[in-house]
Amino acid sequence: MDFWRVPLDAEEVIVSRGIVHFVEDRCKGCGYCIQFCPKKILQTSTRFNKKSYHPPEVTKPEECVNCHFCEIICPELAIYSVEAPGSEPGEAQQPDDAGDTCCPPVK
Amino acid sequence: MAVQAKKAPIEPKHPLDDLIRTDRMPHIWCPGCGIGTVFSSCLHAMLASGIDLDKTVMVSGIGCSGRGAGYAKVDSFHTTHGRAIPFATGMKVANPDLHMIVFSGDGDLFAIGGNHFIHAARRNIDMTVICINNLNYGMTGGQVAATTPSLARTTTTPLGNPDSPFNLPLLAYASGATYVARWTMLHTREVTDSIQTCLTRKGFSFVEVLAPCPVNYGRRNKERPLDTLKMYQDKTIIKNGANPAELGVDFKKRVVLGTFVDVERPTFTETYDKLYHKE
Amino acid sequence: MSNPAVLTGEHYMTGDEACAEGGLAAGCQFFGGYPITPATEIAEHMSSRLPQAGGTYIQMEDEIAAMASILGASWAGKKSMTSTSGPGFSLMMENIGLGICTETPCVVVNVQRAGPSTGLPTLGAQGDMMQARWGSHGHYEIIAFAPMSPQEMFYHTIEAFNLSEKYRLPVLIMSDEIIGHMSEKVIIPDAKKIKTFERVKPKGRKDRFKPYETTAYGVAPMPAAGDGYRVHITGLTHDDRGYPAMSPEAQEIMMTRLIGKIQNNLDDIIRTEQYLMDDADICIVSYGASARTAYAAVEDARRDGIKVGLLRLITVWPFPDALVQELSRRVKAFVTVEMNMGQIHREVERCACGRAQAVLVGHAGGAIIPPEKVYAALKELTLKKKK
Repeated sequence: MDFWRVPLDAEEVIVSRGIVHFVEDRCKGCGYCIQFCPKKILQTSTRFNKKSYHPPEVTKPEECVNCHFCEIICPELAIYSVEAPGSEPGEAQQPDDAGDTCCPPVK
Repeated sequence: MAVQAKKAPIEPKHPLDDLIRTDRMPHIWCPGCGIGTVFSSCLHAMLASGIDLDKTVMVSGIGCSGRGAGYAKVDSFHTTHGRAIPFATGMKVANPDLHMIVFSGDGDLFAIGGNHFIHAARRNIDMTVICINNLNYGMTGGQVAATTPSLARTTTTPLGNPDSPFNLPLLAYASGATYVARWTMLHTREVTDSIQTCLTRKGFSFVEVLAPCPVNYGRRNKERPLDTLKMYQDKTIIKNGANPAELGVDFKKRVVLGTFVDVERPTFTETYDKLYHKE
Repeated sequence: MSNPAVLTGEHYMTGDEACAEGGLAAGCQFFGGYPITPATEIAEHMSSRLPQAGGTYIQMEDEIAAMASILGASWAGKKSMTSTSGPGFSLMMENIGLGICTETPCVVVNVQRAGPSTGLPTLGAQGDMMQARWGSHGHYEIIAFAPMSPQEMFYHTIEAFNLSEKYRLPVLIMSDEIIGHMSEKVIIPDAKKIKTFERVKPKGRKDRFKPYETTAYGVAPMPAAGDGYRVHITGLTHDDRGYPAMSPEAQEIMMTRLIGKIQNNLDDIIRTEQYLMDDADICIVSYGASARTAYAAVEDARRDGIKVGLLRLITVWPFPDALVQELSRRVKAFVTVEMNMGQIHREVERCACGRAQAVLVGHAGGAIIPPEKVYAALKELTLKKKK
């Protein structure tokens, strides 16, 4: 999904950083997190979990912006992200903006 | 490279692990089923709302969505088919301090339990009713429901559904619900916000969430789960305050989402106390 | 008045009103009602009296909802009841099953009228006795009272609440239109003299609590929603944690507990009354309004030298198998007097097991059985014996 506009203050915004975690054996391989990750940094792995599904894996960990969309779209409660250590907390505009950009734009 | 994140020295818990019965995971819902997402939204909303979770009760009926109560680590009741609302009504009226969440499906709430729904809305029982609408009876293998679109194929309408479906927000509005919203499970942030609003407000609140049933509905109607989500993205429009009469679900046109009703009126308990418990 | 729930004094009231007063005296705090002849008066009386005792009356949209609501209220920690008659009783069956499976205390009053279907709404019968026993699907045990006077409507309702709280199940009061609409003297004692059983609440660590752990007398303590135990309660077959357990083994454990808690405590549960049974050759078995006929018939027959006695079932379910079996060794015949075409009669016949003859004096319903009809049956039996 492409962003259809670049905010005027895009340069100044300090983007939050996140680390993606998995509860791998809960995954049923629906692919929602992969499809809807706004940064497109997830992919299906070749591994099998206990239920014989292929859980996702992170392809570019440094690009995660901790938007939590994978966490909230996952029907299995199998994936979540946490703030990366050293990532600046408290950017006031961050949560709202992240919310807007992470949700697929509704036309 | 993907494994690096996973092998972080101290693995934090999933933020909802304290609110689910982890010993019952994984849940029964099929791959691609939207119920899990709505369930997760509901739990996020419960956490975010700041309500006392020891005083929060989740009640479900029967069906796939009806299994929701069994996974939530609050007082939770899995009742009979369609009877979640009257069960919750009795509980709320008997102890008005409880926060009631009815988490169930379209077949449970609107076919077998339709009568209970309209009456609880009419009485304005203070509860939040979340209806996961997957357009069919999933647990029994995909039969036609009161929400199945006309002409859709199910196991009991092999040549297409001759019926017309309910417009659930209109039904809720007409019955007197004081809060009515509709989202799809893809609009998970909106679902969460909506449920959070419901939990912190008074009165009968209703949230319909469209969700895919890939195994039983999607398969017979040529919809793969990701296609359904794509459709939720492309074919929906948010129109808060839209006229409830114009909210039929037809993905050939646009499906309207949003918050349609948000009004105040005294709840059953408030009026009862005023009239009958004067001292 | 110290306790507004207990209307201490002598009253002239109907069985239905006495039943409502009994519920209040037992500590009922929630009533989920739905009007139906001839039980409406219970709901009406409760709607005005219950709030005076701090409780809540709500009129639900149907009997299915009424039954579901009292289960919900019971899990909210309140004693709850509902009342109905045949057609509504049929609708309640579904959630009576849920009450049995989830072990939820509550009281259901069935003021019986003649059926099937809409039948004779304003006229009494006892046609729902087997429905009370087996009406909900699956195998289960149930407790059912059969009051024979407004005074008993009062006391049986209290006892029904006590047993339901003690054994954690819906307890039925199988009254009938005759008793429900009959006005008689009802004495309501001082609140202090009314014994009530309060639900056993769990103690100890909340995170380790198991809602269906087997205990010595077979009944686990019951928390209320909001107590912080965060229990899961389901109508599915469940294990001791309350979690669904889909296996024959789990089913067996659960069923053994559900049936065992009644079957192992029959002495505490079953209530019967015997009248002139010491030297009786013939035993009349009756209950509810029919027992009033039976008493009259016993007296008439005794006057004529027929050695007849009466076994009155105060609780019809569980059926006093052992007692009837024992009597079947002493008497020559049983005469079951009931306002149906033979329901409890079958139970009597089963327990008599050929050792004693079993005769039915039944009635299609709609009127109390005249004592003459019972007397005629007794006379016929004595004549036969002489042959």
